[in-house]
Amino acid sequence: MKVTAQPSADTLTLLLDGELDASSAIVLDTELAKPDILEYRKVLIDCAKLSYISSAGLGVFISHLQRFQDANVKLVFFNMQEKVFNVFEILGLDALMTIVPSATEAEAA
Amino acid sequence: MESTLRIACSRSSLQQVRDFVRSYLSSRQLPDITVNQVVLAIDEVVANFIIHANGENESQFLDLQLTLDKHDLNVEIADYGDTIFLPAPHQSPDLRDYIRQGRKGGMGMALVNRLMDRVEFFTRGNHTVCHLSKHLA
Repeated sequence: MKVTAQPSADTLTLLLDGELDASSAIVLDTELAKPDILEYRKVLIDCAKLSYISSAGLGVFISHLQRFQDANVKLVFFNMQEKVFNVFEILGLDALMTIVPSATEAEAA
Repeated sequence: MESTLRIACSRSSLQQVRDFVRSYLSSRQLPDITVNQVVLAIDEVVANFIIHANGENESQFLDLQLTLDKHDLNVEIADYGDTIFLPAPHQSPDLRDYIRQGRKGGMGMALVNRLMDRVEFFTRGNHTVCHLSKHLA
């Protein structure tokens, strides 16, 4: 699992590459836990190369969501593969998180 | 068709488990989503055994056995640790509450129960065994 951060003005884009499981979730957790992430207005998660997510990966996003909301930082997922979106959908997380098809829509969200 | 795998109780074994399941199912030309659902259910149970039942003790091991009979997949995951590990009865997680609390865990078995047709944990001698099954159309 590789996480690449691309900051630009008030937006931070995190590109996820690989499989997010109980072994690799710590990499993403470390990135989302950084205090300066709350200085951005938006954190966009580019999921184009995220090929797998388990409950440990979902748990990382869930555990930071309230902190982001409290700081008025919007968390938006985009470019999600169908099989990964299906995992969010099974738990009903698609209704609680902002997931849009493309980068253009993520920037507009 | 039956296939088996033995892994050490380490989080780093999870990739090996997923590759094993994908490889086993690859000849069936199943939809990506179906394969991912089976892979995810097995990954969740194995992760639970590794982390909660064995405390990530790499000297302990788990055995996986996959059997596909026509369209019916049966999975057996046997834990050889010293602790009997029987997850609490399934409850649907309140995700809004999880978000408020900033909770990281507690969704794995809910996923497994929604992904598979049948989920059973039982003891065999001093060990815990999980049996999962799913009809693959």
